[in-house]
Amino acid sequence: MLGAGILKGLAETARNFFGSYVSKDRLTTVQFPEERAPRIEASRNFPFLVYDGADAQQGLRCVSCFICEKECPPKCIFIEKSTDKKPDATGKPQFYPARFNIDVSVCMSCQICVEVCPFNAIKMDTDFELSTTGRFDDLLWNKDRLSKSNEYYNQIHPTEAAAVDAELAEARAKAAAPKTPPPPPPTPPAKEIAAEK
Amino acid sequence: MTPGTIDQIFVISKHWLLGYVPAMLQPVVSAILSVAPVLVVFPLLFAITTVLERKGLGRIQNRYGPNRVGPFGFSQPIADGIKSLTKEDIVPRSADQVVHFLAPLLLVLAAFLAYAVLPIGRNMVIVNLNAGVLFFFAVGSMVELAVFMAGWSSRSKYSLLGAMRAVAQMISYEIPLVLASIVIIMASGSLSTVAIVNLQSGYTSIWPHWFLFTPWGFAGFILFMIAATAESNRSPFDLPEGESEIIAGYYIEYSGFKFALFFLGEYLGMFATSGLAITLFLGGWSAPFSFLTWIPSYLWFFAKLLVIICAFIWVRGTFPRLRMDQLMGLAWKFMLPMALLNIFTAGVWHFMPAGIARWLLCSALLLAPCLLLSRGLKQGRKLQVRTYRFAE
Repeated sequence: MLGAGILKGLAETARNFFGSYVSKDRLTTVQFPEERAPRIEASRNFPFLVYDGADAQQGLRCVSCFICEKECPPKCIFIEKSTDKKPDATGKPQFYPARFNIDVSVCMSCQICVEVCPFNAIKMDTDFELSTTGRFDDLLWNKDRLSKSNEYYNQIHPTEAAAVDAELAEARAKAAAPKTPPPPPPTPPAKEIAAEK
Repeated sequence: MTPGTIDQIFVISKHWLLGYVPAMLQPVVSAILSVAPVLVVFPLLFAITTVLERKGLGRIQNRYGPNRVGPFGFSQPIADGIKSLTKEDIVPRSADQVVHFLAPLLLVLAAFLAYAVLPIGRNMVIVNLNAGVLFFFAVGSMVELAVFMAGWSSRSKYSLLGAMRAVAQMISYEIPLVLASIVIIMASGSLSTVAIVNLQSGYTSIWPHWFLFTPWGFAGFILFMIAATAESNRSPFDLPEGESEIIAGYYIEYSGFKFALFFLGEYLGMFATSGLAITLFLGGWSAPFSFLTWIPSYLWFFAKLLVIICAFIWVRGTFPRLRMDQLMGLAWKFMLPMALLNIFTAGVWHFMPAGIARWLLCSALLLAPCLLLSRGLKQGRKLQVRTYRFAE
């Protein structure tokens, strides 16, 4: 019949209109500052440095090998290597970054630094509320700002962090094993770095 | 205070104020006192409508709509107003500066002029012209001029194309709009809006004598509202604006407060046309039932106006837009013949004795051609559901 489609359409929108007042399930909008959608595990925006243990500066996994700085396509990472060695979270003396800066206004969130890091020291964050009042200094993050605990990493990327933890535990177990059997090969990337040095 | 006093409170207070003015100044002050409320009330209604529209459309699409500024988001228009006032006003370098400046002003002016003949309540009309309806349509045609001025002076292809579309659409739909209202003029024998409302304000037992409750009045109302939707460039006839083809149409080169003025003009035009529809078909300020006449007449006018606005919002939230040829086809192939037929039916109604036979004949005279016409227009045009190979 003529106009039946028009009436059907009007009925549908009327049902939506009144239904949205009756059932909350129809309204899918998350009212952001008050409500928050759960974080998406697979999301990423800017990198951060992972540390083990309680002390952020002592526990940094980074040994300032410069790989990420070299690989970074927009060159947003700046590292200054320490002149001395300090014990890391496992007690092994290591070089550490005296300065580690990332300019997040330059960073393009490509995750290449994460891919190349042989020590699982740099990972991608999911935090997105990053607005600041300063254009330059507030967006140039230093080592203190970048350091985040392994627990935090486990929290934001549970699956990935569990795999990383297992891998690290395995490597440490191998390193701690008695030296009498054929010496366990250190993790290959670490070897490369040693060779490079 | 009796209901009669409350009904006439604005008229009484105006006369009371005029008593303090020297006789020489009385005509001027009287005019100002009549015009000023219209200049306040209808822009305020525009502000409320923008929120209602955004919230209504949101709910229709299962969203919240604006709910941040003020209680339930109802202060949103204040924020919008401040925003558009403080925005930079950019005029294209090659634009015709004067015409570019005048176009939004003319649009708002034309929209406001139309309110001069709308009876908002009993004895509440700015001027009781004896050719009020004619004046309304004459002033309404100024909108086309403003639209074309905007499109032409911007010197942009998008605005020119948008203006051409808008003018073509408005002129095409002005014809069914006027023809649909002719039946009322025929029935009432007057062009004065006040006389038309007075004629409808009687009751048979509890039922009002609105022209809507006749076959030709009902058909005329439907035709009038379709044409009014097209006249005010609202969805589904919002062709002058098209994000995908011509972006914002004729007001693409306008920014800041001039853009807001276009917005205001468009809505004021819509209210004015709705107001005329109320005046012609829905009995103006008269109450829908005889036992509700104690409610002041102006409240009835605004209640009816709000109902029509809600209907406009509902329609906007429901229908997808027409294509340009469908738009023109609807105006010339369907609405024009139906409007002419409606005039004929009104004539038949006038010369037949009152009774059920008159009702049946007039309804048949309108319904049968409507069905035949729509079937005829559909012929040769297969409406089929599109099938997809992979999507389903």
